[in-house]
Amino acid sequence: MLSRPLFRFVREDKHIPFMRGRFAGLATSAILSALSVVLFFVPGLKLGLDFHGGIVVEAQTQGPADFDKLRHALAAHQVTAAGLQKFGADNDVLIQLDTPPPGPKQEAATQALVDEVRHAVVEAQPGTQVLRADAVGASVSSELFRNGLLALGLSLVMILIYIWVRFEWEFAVSAVITLVLDLTKTVGFLAITRFQFDLVMVAAILTILGYSTNDKVVVYDRVRENLRKYRTMPLRELLDLSINETLNRTLGTSMTVFLAALPLAVFGGHSLSGFATVMLFGIVVGTSSSIFIAAPLLLLMGEKRLRRSKAP
Amino acid sequence: MMYYSRPTMLGVLGVCFLGLLLCLPNFMRAPSPKLPWHQIHLGLDLRGGSYLLLRLDQQSLVDDRLQSLEDQAKQALIEKNLGYRDFRKDDTARTLSFLPRDASEAQASLAALSSLTGTGNEVAAALDHDRLVLTLNETALKARAREAVSQSIEIVRRRIDATGAVDPEITRQGDDRIVVELPGISDPEHIKRLLGTTAKMTFRLLAGSAGGNIAPPGATMLPDLSAGNTLLPVMDHVEVDGAALTNAGATIDQQTGEWAVSFSFNRAGASAFARTTTQNVGRRFAIVLDNKVIEAPVIRTPITQGNGQITGNFNAQAATDLAVMLRAGALPAPLAVIEQRSIGPSLGADSIRAGAISLGIGFVLVILFMAFFYGRFGLYANVALLANLVLMTAILSLFEATLTLPGMAGMLLTLGMAVDANILINERIREEVKRGRTPLAAMQAGFERASSTIIDSNATAFLAHVMLFVFGTGPVRGFALTITIGIVTTLFTTMLLSRLLMVRWYALTRPTELPV
Repeated sequence: MLSRPLFRFVREDKHIPFMRGRFAGLATSAILSALSVVLFFVPGLKLGLDFHGGIVVEAQTQGPADFDKLRHALAAHQVTAAGLQKFGADNDVLIQLDTPPPGPKQEAATQALVDEVRHAVVEAQPGTQVLRADAVGASVSSELFRNGLLALGLSLVMILIYIWVRFEWEFAVSAVITLVLDLTKTVGFLAITRFQFDLVMVAAILTILGYSTNDKVVVYDRVRENLRKYRTMPLRELLDLSINETLNRTLGTSMTVFLAALPLAVFGGHSLSGFATVMLFGIVVGTSSSIFIAAPLLLLMGEKRLRRSKAP
Repeated sequence: MMYYSRPTMLGVLGVCFLGLLLCLPNFMRAPSPKLPWHQIHLGLDLRGGSYLLLRLDQQSLVDDRLQSLEDQAKQALIEKNLGYRDFRKDDTARTLSFLPRDASEAQASLAALSSLTGTGNEVAAALDHDRLVLTLNETALKARAREAVSQSIEIVRRRIDATGAVDPEITRQGDDRIVVELPGISDPEHIKRLLGTTAKMTFRLLAGSAGGNIAPPGATMLPDLSAGNTLLPVMDHVEVDGAALTNAGATIDQQTGEWAVSFSFNRAGASAFARTTTQNVGRRFAIVLDNKVIEAPVIRTPITQGNGQITGNFNAQAATDLAVMLRAGALPAPLAVIEQRSIGPSLGADSIRAGAISLGIGFVLVILFMAFFYGRFGLYANVALLANLVLMTAILSLFEATLTLPGMAGMLLTLGMAVDANILINERIREEVKRGRTPLAAMQAGFERASSTIIDSNATAFLAHVMLFVFGTGPVRGFALTITIGIVTTLFTTMLLSRLLMVRWYALTRPTELPV
């Protein structure tokens, strides 16, 4: 019965003049990205353990968690300034602590702290299970942060070089500008949702970048092909044509990636759902930016040059 | 594009079949021990366990080296009957300097020390104004640090093995780090303590009757653990080193009924110990562990059999730990834990369940989508997708890769992206059909045109993720690895397998129009 497709996103003969909305698209994107940059500074990202250092202990008490008892036990173990919070069920406790003040014994103190917290929770409520206990020293966290940013930056550079080599420089530059705009919006999203920014989030952002690049490459590929095919068509029309021709593919792919990530966001457990939610946001941003940002930028930059250089 | 030779066809199907075979080890035991049986390992986040990152204290390595250099230098000077004063060590500048007795002896001292500069110019000696300066070569120190890390890994492994931990993974990271992964151990406190002790044991004599807290020359005041940290003057000269121990074990002292550690020396250690104890009956000697005196008994009779017993204030655990550390040997330099991550088994199981459920649902959604939106060719794409999953599992098994939570997310995303290639082909064929091409020509053109796009988009993704794998750390690497492998399998399954299915279908049915 399924030998023929049942649905289509858009009919083939449909022609949407996307380039008419180019300024609206660019303006909206610029405003959103500017807002995101503001959000990056105020309130800023919530740095996770990986980049901030310190300790996180996740425990499951038998019966409802007694926060007063836990606080007293922690104080008895010389653990001060601990952030205690409930998450999920009544008996799930999350304890967070910053790294001890810098000094020669800082690393050792960080490690000792996590053992003290472990002892304290078991003393306070016997039978408590420690589900997770992480302690990241200050030197490691700053290094992880540097490596994370390095990986991100290098990936962007690789993308720039590849597109430059395979297409023309206008393509590469507008792709990377678009990617940077996507990136800032994702950072803004992280700042609003208060998801913890850690290594897993760096992976999420990189996936979004990879996905977004993929989307741009597909549209650009068609633009390049059409540039050769229709030698006299104005670039504006040509971009509209290319976007319309690839629209079913663009929507189809976005849909599948979205569908693949959706269950992860819903059922993935708290470590993966943040990752997947950011992914979902990135898919929407990445898909729309191919049409509304990358193509208009290409039009602005290449209106004269691309056409003239390709003219016979 | 539209023709498959028989060998190519068999090759493609053969690879898929091989992939299926390679997946088997993940689901069943090896039927014969001779078969290569590789399987995917579950990461600590999925099975529970601890991850420890240790850093070797390079500064103490420099300090040790300078200390031994000082001893050697003094010896060399004394042999040549040259005087010295005001020895100074500078750990950060890696230098040792002193003043000759008289400026006129400077050149002679320099000559006396030439034997110390050693092979490979590890030490450079020079005259700076009045002072003689010995500088340690930085590359030589680096080599020494690397060697120290290798040694430490061996000792760490021996110590951990003694605790009965199952499948510990101990690997080097960078210049001065060691990663210890302990599956199934969610509370690593004991192991942290075991690895945090250097366990450098020495047997030294106490300096004669020293009063007060000032050490006589050639001795240092060290805290005595068996007497409430009171300070004892312990000679710097080491009579017997802990390296001469051949065996150590926790026992119960016959007389007092307390826990003790018994030990035995090798031949050289035994004779040195016998000599010392014979010559010094009536004096006290100290058993020193990491610059702390464990006990300082009086030598009553010469000990010549080469074994003995240490009775500190031990409980069972402390005695066993000390025995383990003595057997495993001392670390060349202290190790500091700088990162710890431990996950309880129940959380790991929850993560597996959540991951598996989402993977399953995501997979079903993608398959349904393809079937509804792309019909028969969508079904072929689904077959390719399944093959993709199988091949990814096969490659991960073959490399015995570690599957982590982010890795699972990476697999799911690969499936989403793999569909993209199929969608590109299908959309392209549909376009060509609309332009009025015959089915065969449309398929031909569709494949050709889509290929360049598919290669471009996968190549960019590949480059980006290779960067991630090379420069990323921890979870990012696992994620990048699965996606990188996924890109390779995606190219295979879409460019070869799903096309094969479409081509065979066409060859068998010769349709007059395509189901697009």
